[in-house]
Amino acid sequence: MSALSVHDLCKHYRNLHALDGLTLEVGEGEMLALLGHNGAGKTTLMKLLLGLTRPTSGEITLLGAPPGPHHRKHIGFLPENVSFSGGMKGREVLRFYARLKGASLDDAETLLDRVGLSDAAHKPVRTYSKGMRQRLGLAQALLGHPRLLLLDEPTTGLDPVLRQAFYGILRDLRDAGTTVLISSHVLTELELRAERIAILSHGRLVACDTLDGLRRHADLPVRIRAVKDGTERRLEVRPEEKMAAIRQLAMEPVDDLEVIPPSLEDIYTHYGAETDRADTARREAAE
Amino acid sequence: MSPIATIAGKEIREGLRNRWVAAATLLLALLALALAFIGAAPTGDVAAGRLAVTVVSLASLAIYLLPLIALLLAFDAIVGEAEQGTLLLLLAHPISRWQVLAGKFVGQAAILAFATIVGFGLAAVAVSLVQAPSAGEWRAFAGLVGASVLLGWSFIAIGHLVSVLVAERTTAAGAAVAVWLLMVVLYDMGLLGVLVATGGQGIIGDILPALLMLNPADAYRLVTLTSFEAAADVAGFGAVSEGISPFAALAALVAWIAVPLGIAGLVFTRREI
Repeated sequence: MSALSVHDLCKHYRNLHALDGLTLEVGEGEMLALLGHNGAGKTTLMKLLLGLTRPTSGEITLLGAPPGPHHRKHIGFLPENVSFSGGMKGREVLRFYARLKGASLDDAETLLDRVGLSDAAHKPVRTYSKGMRQRLGLAQALLGHPRLLLLDEPTTGLDPVLRQAFYGILRDLRDAGTTVLISSHVLTELELRAERIAILSHGRLVACDTLDGLRRHADLPVRIRAVKDGTERRLEVRPEEKMAAIRQLAMEPVDDLEVIPPSLEDIYTHYGAETDRADTARREAAE
Repeated sequence: MSPIATIAGKEIREGLRNRWVAAATLLLALLALALAFIGAAPTGDVAAGRLAVTVVSLASLAIYLLPLIALLLAFDAIVGEAEQGTLLLLLAHPISRWQVLAGKFVGQAAILAFATIVGFGLAAVAVSLVQAPSAGEWRAFAGLVGASVLLGWSFIAIGHLVSVLVAERTTAAGAAVAVWLLMVVLYDMGLLGVLVATGGQGIIGDILPALLMLNPADAYRLVTLTSFEAAADVAGFGAVSEGISPFAALAALVAWIAVPLGIAGLVFTRREI
């Protein structure tokens, strides 16, 4: 069974097509990465899944039914740039959301510990760093053992160590069968962590595949840098010609050889996801 | 715990933390005490008890102050959360938007009721120590407190309506001040001006009762100053209110809570987040 399926989904604001004919299916227990520039439609999709805004046309099926308030008990949501009422203490915040979600207060305590905020739980959220707020946000999203997690740009503001810990938690959740939809415009950290990557651009799905699949279809050249007697040679070859090129270079007395496979960034750019600045500005204004 | 109670509880805790409850209670208590002892000084030969006089003074104070406190408390109920970025997360929980509004209203209504009852109650206790009031006076005082609470609630409801209609917190603040000026100050002045100009004759004179009901502040005046005999003698408000049942005025006051809140709910549920 698929955890969520979206068919020909459109969301039009006055003069803006935030989503334009999106069709997407995510299986139960799958982790899907949603990539796209700002205003590509990632946040709009999450709001539609939460039933906070109505689609212009198209269908959404969530855990077997159309989205609505009753679903939200089973969805964990971490909004982009999460913020909390500043005067409340960390523990108070989490207990408040636990009550709203019908989760137990013990659950809140366990999660505080899990995201490493037990020691700061008695401090007002106002004094929290960006990373601490983000972790509190994650703990909030995990309340009540959700079946579907929607994470909107969850790792912005986290340092590399925290980011690794964050992904550790996500992997545990996925292993436990939670479906995870994670959006980002930071590309490299998504590598190898999501089963499939969906690339959104201007409200349309331009690609949805595993990283290997995306690489293959993009058929981008591999770059080789060779240094010989202090001079540098750069060449670009097709993936299947890579070994031949390396063998040939190795015959010569080169001092150094570097093979650079196409990065996620290159792949991303290849799928036409580059940002049209004017357009982005317009979308942001409209959203 | 129901979501409404959860949200109301949060409102109350925040009101206690940011000293809103303490400030409002203290302000009302100080002004009520001042009125009770300074305002009641010229009682002289008037055949009215000290508490009855205080009730009338308090009603005149409450009519300006309570709407202002209520609007300040309520104007950013929704728009404030939206601006702070907490609204999206709140609505992503398994609660309806009606429940969000109802929870906010219940919490703020409790804060205002507490401040009014304690603030005015202190003054009444102080007055009763000087001169024991009659049972009628106590009834009048209880009525005043009840009506004052309703007045405050009606302006909380209006504040909530403002907070769902505008997109920015600063706009909401401006709108709240405008609402206060219009309903509490200018409406009566305008009405009075027209009455003086027409000598109370003609259409305005005829529909005056209805016009008074169209403003919660005037409905409050009708409730407090006409329904309690002890107070009515002092207030000299009888001429205006002739032919208006205090129950109609009370109903108008309750409607001024239900209608703005209902419209706010309709607007809020239809809004795209």
